[in-house]
Amino acid sequence: MKPRRLASIIVKEFIHIKRDRPSLIIAVLMPIFLLLLFGYAVNTDVENVTSVVLDHSKSQQSRELVANFANSGYFNFMYYVNNRAAIHDLFAQGEAKAALVIPPDYAQQLHRNETPQVLLLIDGSDPTVARTILSAGQLIGRVASLEVTQKFVSGKGIKVEDLPGIDVRSRIWYNPNLESIRFNLPGLIGLILQNITVMLTAFALVRERERGTIEQLVVTPIKPAELIIGKLVPYIIIGFCDFLLVLVVGTYWFRVPIAGSVPLLIGLASIFLVCALAVGIFFSTVARTQLQAMQMALVFIMPSFLLSGFVFPRETMPLVIQWVGAIVPLTYFLKILRALILKGAEFRHLTGDITALTVFTILVIAMATARFRKHLD
Amino acid sequence: MKYSIEVENLTKQFGTQKAVESLTFQVPVGTIFGLLGPNGSGKSTTIRMLCGVIRPSAGTGKVLGLDIVQQAEEAKEHIGYMSQRFSLYEDLTVMENLRFFAGVYGLSRQVADQRIRELLTITNVIGWENNLTHTLSGGLKQRLALACALLHRPKLLVLDEPTAGVDPVSRRIFWSIIQALAANGMSILVTTHYLDEAETCDLVGFIFKGRLISFGPPREIARAVGVDTLEEAFLTFVQEETGERIDLDLTALTAFAKR
Ligand SMILES: Nc1ncnc2c1ncn2[C@@H]1O[C@H](COP(=O)(O)OP(=O)(O)OP(=O)(O)O)[C@@H](O)[C@H]1O
Ligand SMILES: [Mg+2]
Repeated sequence: MKPRRLASIIVKEFIHIKRDRPSLIIAVLMPIFLLLLFGYAVNTDVENVTSVVLDHSKSQQSRELVANFANSGYFNFMYYVNNRAAIHDLFAQGEAKAALVIPPDYAQQLHRNETPQVLLLIDGSDPTVARTILSAGQLIGRVASLEVTQKFVSGKGIKVEDLPGIDVRSRIWYNPNLESIRFNLPGLIGLILQNITVMLTAFALVRERERGTIEQLVVTPIKPAELIIGKLVPYIIIGFCDFLLVLVVGTYWFRVPIAGSVPLLIGLASIFLVCALAVGIFFSTVARTQLQAMQMALVFIMPSFLLSGFVFPRETMPLVIQWVGAIVPLTYFLKILRALILKGAEFRHLTGDITALTVFTILVIAMATARFRKHLD
Repeated sequence: MKYSIEVENLTKQFGTQKAVESLTFQVPVGTIFGLLGPNGSGKSTTIRMLCGVIRPSAGTGKVLGLDIVQQAEEAKEHIGYMSQRFSLYEDLTVMENLRFFAGVYGLSRQVADQRIRELLTITNVIGWENNLTHTLSGGLKQRLALACALLHRPKLLVLDEPTAGVDPVSRRIFWSIIQALAANGMSILVTTHYLDEAETCDLVGFIFKGRLISFGPPREIARAVGVDTLEEAFLTFVQEETGERIDLDLTALTAFAKR
């Protein structure tokens, strides 16, 4: 392998990227676009759900209850209505997703030490939202109820702490505020790394074939290894820059700290990068035109987007779909990324996924090299 | 080494079609060899086999004494190739193309710079160094391709229709260069549809439907057929092979044109 030859190919490839608008867009704008999209637009956090109050009681006590719900941050009471039909209309129009219905004798019942029934209506069409506000609403209700109990028993000289019961405490690890960016960002690193490198490398070799320049290249004493490595180096550099960009923006802008070891993260990202590059090269040895290469890249990227667990949790998928997802290298890298960045996992926690990723990488490289030939029949 | 090119029963089959069939001939070192034949007769296919772009289906070949299958990579060090379809990088400038191929042939920076300067002068591409290649005219592109093919001082220069679609001035420049290179010991393989150009070759081979029909110095070929020029010989060959008449049916044409 001659360094001079390798250097020439690398320089040439950088010039191509510089002068080819689609490549430049994929390399520079795509990571930024995806970061903004998943950083801001795709926010699965449920808070400030627009809600309705139907307060038949119109008392000091009922207003306190509404205030309790509002102060939780989950409910944003935008509408005050006088009848059930109005709630129905607002739900149907999508103007509101939750409604609090307070009975006419709410204050009186409390006064008589009875248990008034309050109704929380929830639009369940989006299960994620519904589930979150359901549990939030129940919790707020229980706290309010406890307050009432406390007032009642203290009047009789009993402390509420002395009453028997079970006290379940919960603590959420790794992402205590349940922010979706913390979950999405590590996955995003994997997704960006994969998409950019697969697409760019798939184009790189096909371009030579499509434009006929491969004819001239083949009659030079260039070795296949020199050609492949020379063509890959620019994309390795670009892939790495994009990786670091997302990492830095994620840490400092979106405030997702890296709990685990950064060198280990970089090392494992390198393995994944090589794997994605090899996939791209494999495509370019099969495709005849850049369009075909693009289609192949998309056919690879779309399912990996859905099956790797990037958007939907893999655990809830049917078994067959899980198996298909298991042959997507991104699946393993995502698990590694999330464990390492969020949970501070160490090498010994990740051996299974690392092994799978390495095996895949070796397999794809073998496939790509087997198909790459330096003649044109 | 006596021959720049020797082939024996060289055959290339694409699917069921035989593009080149049992070619056998030898070309001595230092000569200009012109490969002639109508469209689709197998000239480019032959050339691509000799340069190691595609592999023969049958038969053997040697270029500069090196086997075209076993020693293809070694042979490539000494072959300069200009393909029929322009295959330099259109999105690179003239200079970037030259620098790239100089690097690929492993020339050091200094040697490369000097050769590039010399070749820009020889091929008269001076003044276009920083232009993107796709903005060049057809003649300039061909001259640039020639410069690229000569960067590593090949022992065998292979030119597939270098003067197709090129103006008379560029054609003249091309052939002066070819002749001068051959005079200094370089072997040359060239294809062309211009028979006045072929007339100046040391040796020509006629191929038709992949088979070699005639081989020898231009003058002898014409004499053997009993005509004065290579062009007449060419027409005679094609007529004999196809049994078709080449001169137009003038009465039919006149009738058509008058309507
Ligand atoms: N890669 C290929 N696959 C299939 N058929 C091919 C291929 N290359 C050439 N052919 C066929 O082989 C035959 C010879 O083609 P070739 O290009 O060698 O002719 P040629 O003499 O160079 O013609 P021209 O003067 O038009 O350049 C043609 O019929 C062509 O269609
Ligand atoms: Mg041809």
